Amino acid sequence: MELDLWAQLPSVLPEIGLTALAIVVLFADIYGSLATRRNVVIVSAIGMALLALVPLIWQPDPALYENGALLWGGMINYDPLSQIFKVMLLLAGAVTCLMAAGDKGVGDKGEFYLIVIVATLGGLMMSSAADLILVFVALETLSIPLYMLASFRRGDQRSAESGMKYFLYGAFASAIMLFGFSLLYGFAGTTNLAGIAAAMSAGLEEGLVAVMTALVMVVVGFGFKISAVPFHFWAPDVYEGAPTPVTAFVSVSSKAASFALLLRFLTAVFPPDLAIAGVVIQDFWVNLLVVVSIVSMTLGNVVALRQSNIKRLLAYSSIAQAGYTLIGVVALQGANDSLAVASVSFYMFMYIFTNLLVFGGVILFIAKTDTEEISDMAGLNRRSPWLALFITIGLLSLGGIPPAAGFFGKFFLFQAAVNSNLVGLALIAVTNAIIALYYYLVVIKVMYVDVGPDEDKPIAIPRAYGWSLGITALVVILLGTIAVTPIYDWAALGARGL
Amino acid sequence: MEATGFSILTAIIFIPIIAGVVILFLDRKNRDLVRGVGVTAASAVLALSLAVFFGYDNFVKTSGGLIEQQAAMLASGVELSGARMFADALAFEQRVVWVESLGIAYHVGVDGVSAPMVLLTGIVAVAGVLISWKIEDRLREFMAFFMFLVAGVFGVFIAVDLFMLFFFYELAIFPMYLLIAGWGWVKLREYAAMKLTLYILVGSVFALVGGVAMYFAAADFFAGNGADVLDAAIAGGLLPPDSGPYSWSIVQLTLAAENGAFGIDILGVEGLNFAKFWFPFMFMGFGVLAGVFPFHNWSPDGHVAAPTAVSMIHAGVLMKVGAFAALRSGVQLLPEGADTHLPWMVFLTLINVVYGALIAFRQRDFKYVIGFSSVSHMGLVSMGWATMNLTGMTGAGIQMFSHGAMTALFFGVVGMVYDRSHTRDIPSLGGFMRVMPWVGVAFVIGGLTSMGMPGLSGFIAEFPIFQGMWAASEQITLQLGAFQLSNYYSVLVIIAALGIVITAAYVLRVADQVFFGEFDAERFHDVGNIEMTDRIVLIILGAPLIILGIYPPIMAPMIESGIRPLIALLGGG
Repeated sequence: MELDLWAQLPSVLPEIGLTALAIVVLFADIYGSLATRRNVVIVSAIGMALLALVPLIWQPDPALYENGALLWGGMINYDPLSQIFKVMLLLAGAVTCLMAAGDKGVGDKGEFYLIVIVATLGGLMMSSAADLILVFVALETLSIPLYMLASFRRGDQRSAESGMKYFLYGAFASAIMLFGFSLLYGFAGTTNLAGIAAAMSAGLEEGLVAVMTALVMVVVGFGFKISAVPFHFWAPDVYEGAPTPVTAFVSVSSKAASFALLLRFLTAVFPPDLAIAGVVIQDFWVNLLVVVSIVSMTLGNVVALRQSNIKRLLAYSSIAQAGYTLIGVVALQGANDSLAVASVSFYMFMYIFTNLLVFGGVILFIAKTDTEEISDMAGLNRRSPWLALFITIGLLSLGGIPPAAGFFGKFFLFQAAVNSNLVGLALIAVTNAIIALYYYLVVIKVMYVDVGPDEDKPIAIPRAYGWSLGITALVVILLGTIAVTPIYDWAALGARGL
Repeated sequence: MEATGFSILTAIIFIPIIAGVVILFLDRKNRDLVRGVGVTAASAVLALSLAVFFGYDNFVKTSGGLIEQQAAMLASGVELSGARMFADALAFEQRVVWVESLGIAYHVGVDGVSAPMVLLTGIVAVAGVLISWKIEDRLREFMAFFMFLVAGVFGVFIAVDLFMLFFFYELAIFPMYLLIAGWGWVKLREYAAMKLTLYILVGSVFALVGGVAMYFAAADFFAGNGADVLDAAIAGGLLPPDSGPYSWSIVQLTLAAENGAFGIDILGVEGLNFAKFWFPFMFMGFGVLAGVFPFHNWSPDGHVAAPTAVSMIHAGVLMKVGAFAALRSGVQLLPEGADTHLPWMVFLTLINVVYGALIAFRQRDFKYVIGFSSVSHMGLVSMGWATMNLTGMTGAGIQMFSHGAMTALFFGVVGMVYDRSHTRDIPSLGGFMRVMPWVGVAFVIGGLTSMGMPGLSGFIAEFPIFQGMWAASEQITLQLGAFQLSNYYSVLVIIAALGIVITAAYVLRVADQVFFGEFDAERFHDVGNIEMTDRIVLIILGAPLIILGIYPPIMAPMIESGIRPLIALLGGG
């Protein structure tokens, strides 16, 4: 189907806007006066927030995406799944910019915002990519800026180490994934995702082992990006060493974009009806991911129990969260895949705000007290009741306690699992949710109950920072109460374009 | 009743939530204002719950009301529909669709079992605020969390949507954790708060998975074989017109249960019956909060560690939340499972009754006595459910109310004694009747209630439970492989009655050692009588015990009307 340029434009308008924004920020930072440079953060945050309106306003045409029509020469999917992930990635970028604004050595440098914008651009492309080439380009456009961000505080050895580690692991994972891609291309002779599946199911009688090898390699790549066990080793060190605003950004953007792509990749390249030599490929990746999911949840949660550093705790918690989200991905095997897709999208939507809220609170705490130990958070409630409340709301949401959004998020995942006859997995997940709640509650207890030596030193929250935390907290509550319906229904549309 | 318009129940949930948020924004140092907002909100909620209770009483007893309808239905000899009877019994309904695509609705209403619970929660909420009057440490946060806790508890009782029930259940847990961990007894609070929270959460999330499984089984049923059942229910006004196969409505799930949607095999495994598989998850999952043996372990520590107001609401109301939710989502939705499992679970409840009482007898700590007595008395509630007949279950319903008010009164008494004497060690107390006559009298009233003295509510509750056990003895048999056990309920009830004797023993021991006997005037020289707020607490908690004891028709017919649908579901007459 041929479409004229104007009709195709809305599908990439956010990307174009981000590119323009990046250029504006770059030049404002280089040539602008001091006052202009201070405003870079505002321009970046508002720019990304406004761009988030684009996918909200221009909804794709169901007649096109339900037939699998691709835009821009077969490169771009324009469907609700890509739209919802674009909105969340843009908002994540905007909130990250606001939270980084006051951070010394990070937020006062204009190039920080530039890099965040470019990384977001990569995430956006990932969420709509329909071709192996674009998939890889998008992945690297997201990843390389993240490596730079992790080592952003150049003078700080921990930051440099974190960036280096992240880069080495990341490059390795990318290489493995690329090898997987090349195998797929070798079998199919096309780089189009849907085309690969068609070619494999049409003509492939042998080569089962090689296809599975390719699949495993791709899963390794994604496993790295979402920090699932056993590809998680980078996460705690990188989370701990990177500047905290960067940690916040890494923990949400790269994960969300990767889940969007993972959903699309698995359904497009290894659809349920694809069988090679009588072996249904879907069963293979479902079983593989079930194992990864269980191991990620369990290991993440159990190790998190022992952490005394808040950033490491959140790192292991985010490994566990990746495990939970994988439940939604494996639930794709069920008859009703809209439940599965909706559960993953909704989970990521609420996870972005939740994690940014927790990290936002922790960023301020670390900036003001210069310590990352959980025990030093004792009495935070007396030092800054609002800060304690915001972190608490975020932790409750991570733990899945209503009225915070995490309750619905987890509920949708478990529901999708039960619907796909994965009752055992659901029971393992709820057991894990309780282990997780233990360490979240311990942090809350420390803040509210324990008595610390610095009780009488109040922590002041800068006004703008307080507002951005407050609004994020409000969003987390709203996503758990009255905003559930619109977001969930939108997320459920996502399955129709797959 | 029609499910339209604004319901008074919505106000009951949202007043504490709004009050809690408002309190969080108040000036921390202005304690009087914090107390004022707290007591105003709690009183408003109590007034509304009284309105609900008496409004429902009227709905039940008025000529042509629910009782007459049910009697006519029984007399007519038509086949009874539990779902229909349950839906008819609901009053003060309000329904707002929440997540339409999943069939989740904000749907509230009360029936004969929950109306007394709403009243109980209102009473204990006011008592809790008043007894916390003198808290100085972070009063603002305490009061706000207390309000959230109250809202969550109300929500469970009035939920007619299973999802809502879970939502409010989980909502109540977190403020409870913070209240205990933050304001409880220093020695034990962190341990006890975490233990309690984890126990309860483990139970509830397993129940949640069971709930999701029921939801999908019902949806499969209504989308397939049961499509005409759904259409007929909509046409007959049983379900709202926008109902689809996917629904969390307890009415719709009850309808599914009644039509055999849960009689399927799980995962196609022969003999792995859905209802029989999931019933223990649902019943025990919530039963944890009701203190069912062997999951009662959190309860004494939790109660002892909690600050007085939280002990009151915890033992007084939250344990009922567990028993109530076990009834609603276990017995009501999986009656086949109840038929299979309750005949052996009754042994657990017996252990609760006797073992709880025996341990209470051995305690030196005043608060532990009351904590274990709760385990013992809640055992009677579960035992009442296990009779699966009208008399026994009605008795259990009354016991929920009676024990709620009674144990809140007990914890209030303990709190008042401890606040003034700074010890709970029973042997070192004594003669407190002289200095605190109000408290002493209140304890005696509570104690007599817990012994089941006629004229007080405990008798009205316990007697029907025992009667029901006796009646059940002939009907219920337990199949253990080739072994068949029958008529054992009558043996159990004799043992349980012995538990009441032990109760009498420990109550009398405490009364004797704490309130009578030698008063150590030197050590307790600064112990004086109690303030007005404390007196109000004792009055509003003690009065219902006496009123219900003297005039049972104020509650018994109502609860009976709420139990009848369950009996119909369980296949009885």
